[in-house]
Amino acid sequence: MSAKPKSPPKSRPAHQPTSLPKAYQSFKPGHWLNTINVHDFIQKNYTPYKGNESFLVGPTRRTQKIWKIVKKLLKKEFKKGGVLSIDTKTPSTITSHKPGYLNKKYESIVGLQTDYPLLRAIKPKGGIRLVKKACESYGYKLDPKVWELYNEQIKTHNDAVFDVYLNWDQLFTPEKNTLFRKKGIITGLPDNYGRGRIIGDYRRVALYGIDRLIEEKKLELNRVCDYMNEVNIRLREEAMQQLIALKDLKTMAASYGLDISQPAQDTKEAIQWLYFGYLGAVKEQDGAAMSFGRIDAFIDVYVERDLKKGIYDESEIQQFVDDFVIKLRLVRHLRPPEYNELFAGDPTWVTCALGGMGKDKRPLVTKTTFRFLHTLENLGPAPEPNLTILWSQNLPEAFKNYACQVSVKSSSLQFENDELMRPYHGDDYGIACCVSAMTIGKQMQFFGARCNLPKVLLLALNEGRDEIDDELVVEGVPKLRYNKVLDYKEVRGEFFKLMDWLCKKYVETMNIIHYCHDHYDYEAEQMALHDLLVHRFMAFGIAGISIVIDSLSAIKYAKVYPIRNKKGVAKKFKIIGEYPAFGNDDDRVDKIGVEVIQKFMKTLQKYPTYRGAEHTVSLLTITANVVYGRHTGATPDGRVAGEPFAPGANPMHNRDKSGALASLNSVAKLKYEYCRDGISNTFSITPSSLGKTEEQRTGNLRGMLDGYFQKGGHHLNVNVLYRETLQDAMKHPEKYPQLTIRVSGYAVHFIKLTKEQQEEVISRTFHKDF
Amino acid sequence: MSISTIKNQSSLLGRIHSFESFGTLDGPGLRFVVFLEGCPLRCLYCHNVDMLDMKNYKEMTPQELLKIVLPYKPYFNSAKGGVTVSGGDPIMQPRFVVEFFKLCQKNKIHTTIDTSCFTTNKEHLEQLLPVTDLWMISLKHFDDKKHRALTGVTNAPILENIHYLSKRKARLWFRYLILPGWTDTWSNLRALCAFLRTVDFELIELLPYHTHGRFKWDKLGLPYKLNGIKPPTLNSCHKIKEMLKKEGYKVILNE
Repeated sequence: MSAKPKSPPKSRPAHQPTSLPKAYQSFKPGHWLNTINVHDFIQKNYTPYKGNESFLVGPTRRTQKIWKIVKKLLKKEFKKGGVLSIDTKTPSTITSHKPGYLNKKYESIVGLQTDYPLLRAIKPKGGIRLVKKACESYGYKLDPKVWELYNEQIKTHNDAVFDVYLNWDQLFTPEKNTLFRKKGIITGLPDNYGRGRIIGDYRRVALYGIDRLIEEKKLELNRVCDYMNEVNIRLREEAMQQLIALKDLKTMAASYGLDISQPAQDTKEAIQWLYFGYLGAVKEQDGAAMSFGRIDAFIDVYVERDLKKGIYDESEIQQFVDDFVIKLRLVRHLRPPEYNELFAGDPTWVTCALGGMGKDKRPLVTKTTFRFLHTLENLGPAPEPNLTILWSQNLPEAFKNYACQVSVKSSSLQFENDELMRPYHGDDYGIACCVSAMTIGKQMQFFGARCNLPKVLLLALNEGRDEIDDELVVEGVPKLRYNKVLDYKEVRGEFFKLMDWLCKKYVETMNIIHYCHDHYDYEAEQMALHDLLVHRFMAFGIAGISIVIDSLSAIKYAKVYPIRNKKGVAKKFKIIGEYPAFGNDDDRVDKIGVEVIQKFMKTLQKYPTYRGAEHTVSLLTITANVVYGRHTGATPDGRVAGEPFAPGANPMHNRDKSGALASLNSVAKLKYEYCRDGISNTFSITPSSLGKTEEQRTGNLRGMLDGYFQKGGHHLNVNVLYRETLQDAMKHPEKYPQLTIRVSGYAVHFIKLTKEQQEEVISRTFHKDF
Repeated sequence: MSISTIKNQSSLLGRIHSFESFGTLDGPGLRFVVFLEGCPLRCLYCHNVDMLDMKNYKEMTPQELLKIVLPYKPYFNSAKGGVTVSGGDPIMQPRFVVEFFKLCQKNKIHTTIDTSCFTTNKEHLEQLLPVTDLWMISLKHFDDKKHRALTGVTNAPILENIHYLSKRKARLWFRYLILPGWTDTWSNLRALCAFLRTVDFELIELLPYHTHGRFKWDKLGLPYKLNGIKPPTLNSCHKIKEMLKKEGYKVILNE
């Protein structure tokens, strides 16, 4: 049908099927036709699926051939120490590299970050020094021209942040003028690398095509920017960068011989278009987490239409999904080795949220949700994409069972509580990184890593001195009156006072970082796939929450004697008597945890944020729990100096003595409303203690998830493994190329962890039968 | 029965050794397992020997115990589980178990008792019947001499009680420990089959002997008399499983 282009869009009746362009034929019309509104498109057109997995098919021969090529490459990469090769000459942009292929003949979904698979690109805008260091530590030399350009001519995000830090006297600790961040109180901050954690609505590329997106962006810009004040000038400038990025995206796709100026016509194009949208993002940015959002129901709309029309069969559809997932498994960023301490195993957090429930009570589970989970069977387990099930007790039973079955088999899934997040974010949100919920295309966050809260507690006990080198970190912390046996009331009071000092510094630091990032390393492509006016979160984090809780509990319920050195710094603690430990579903101690996170949140809120972002908090450590532990002295809970923290919000190892569910119940008490950026919990169990038969294991896991999330829990990583398997994998890594385990908020190939991290994972509580 | 039992029954305090909030082995689905103190038997292979002596326990009322269990209801309701009282042997504290089970049923929590069924007091069984959703009974040995040697008590009341429960249409699961040289003999297995034919039950679970509880004997300074007996081979366990399956029973081998 030919629509008359002369008639203005306003006078055209909105819902007239005859006027639909070919790409939209047989879709149900709605608001999504008139404005950019993917959510409306999904709601009007998707088909919930309540059946089981019996329709799924195995990988096609084409997929198997490609996967074989990839497996060889991955092996080579591992043998070379984790990095296959680096392009040291070409700063990566959306259009910087020629098209790359695995095997042009067999690939159904195309596109690589660089000309060759697993060739890592440099992205110096975050900070050139880190790029140089990363190249050198893998035996490469950064091209001198690039170094010169970014060191002398182009200011990077990292340069900008340190310019501001340098003249910010408060940031220095009084005695030695060392940076506050060097004391390890706040670490992992994105002040020398890309911040990430932004999710573009890549579906927009498929549904609307680039030309329409450009047109709408211009209209939106004129609508929201009327008066040229500072806010609007910036918005206008950013929008212009976004428009350029969109045009670049078209150019990039054209280099693969594909025209994405128009909407995708079928399933294959829809997947290809949205993958291009994502590819542009990971060519432009190398932020810590580059997540994908929520695409299962969206793709499924195209799949259902094509299956009905007979354009593709199930096997071809699965092939597109498999090939797409293979591409996501190949995403790489260039990181220096130190980065590995905080984010072990080379993660990219291509997080894909799956399932969940709609606001209208229809499940958002589709056959394509199953198809994504099925990639773990067709291709074997893998950490990426970071498949995240949005769980609700109201999900269809068959889906719950399948998800649990895949989880038990692969240890590659994480589960998050849809019932908790939907009220805040609606039913079209995705997960950035591990546990951070954001409405797709409408919300973004300023990532803020985490602070070491046990260290702050120790500062309160030690007159503001660092517990390891005795150096004065913060002035004006009084000597405790009850210095022999710690007094709960006094310690709590001093700790909360110091929390105020910490929160102020934390917010200020974050303001500096994100101001600079916006100016010097703006995510033009990802933000182009957002509404122009977005809601911003500023995400703060706590590491070591269970140590703080147990320490306060020990001081309250037992007798804790600090053993101090000459400078009055407590180097050890003697504990007389017993105290209730976090992880045993004991209100006496769990309430302390609730109070601490509430206090932390409220204190942060006292300090205004850059661009009016909303404060949020996460209880998430990634794998930094090991390095945090190493740099923290003995704590009043009995933890010895250097011992790793528990990951995320987990209770400390071996202190949860009342079984797995008691441990879950304790964590579930930590309220999501104070930790809207997520509460990570990692649960490891041996197959035999989860149940005797496969059916029982699936059923028990389902019960566990239903129970935990009804209790208000937010997130659960599930590992179903034997300790012996991990021990064997440490000895013979070559035997376990695909062995995947969940750590705090993501999954890793076990063999890619450092020895220390592997040992920590093994020592962590494995819930076993008695 | 000891004096202390009588005393505690009158004040209705349960003697509780410990809990497991994530029980996947003691009954259907996910279960909260309550281990009660005290046992009338002295099995040579006991793997909870630390629950036999009457000193190491907490006392609490049925209401107090329920309060501990209730927070776990969302878990076992989804996984079709519930509460299991085990031990020790809960048959030592029947009135406490009855009161506790009543409260569970009021709160729609499935109840299971894991017991040897060694009691001569029919009244206790009578009271337990309406409040117990599932009985898991361990069958030890069918030769009374061997039963005495293995457990210290006669098997007569046990077998009689099982018949009684079967007649009263109680839902029954059996557990049978495969102890090489003792319970896996041809004659004992024949006696097992003969006995099973006379009762109505849902399934039988085979538990291969293991030595995981051995360390507790050493810790308590008790002599472990089954030294030298190795766990049965998987093959021999499967043979017993097949034999029982041929009889038409539902059999689970707990590998």
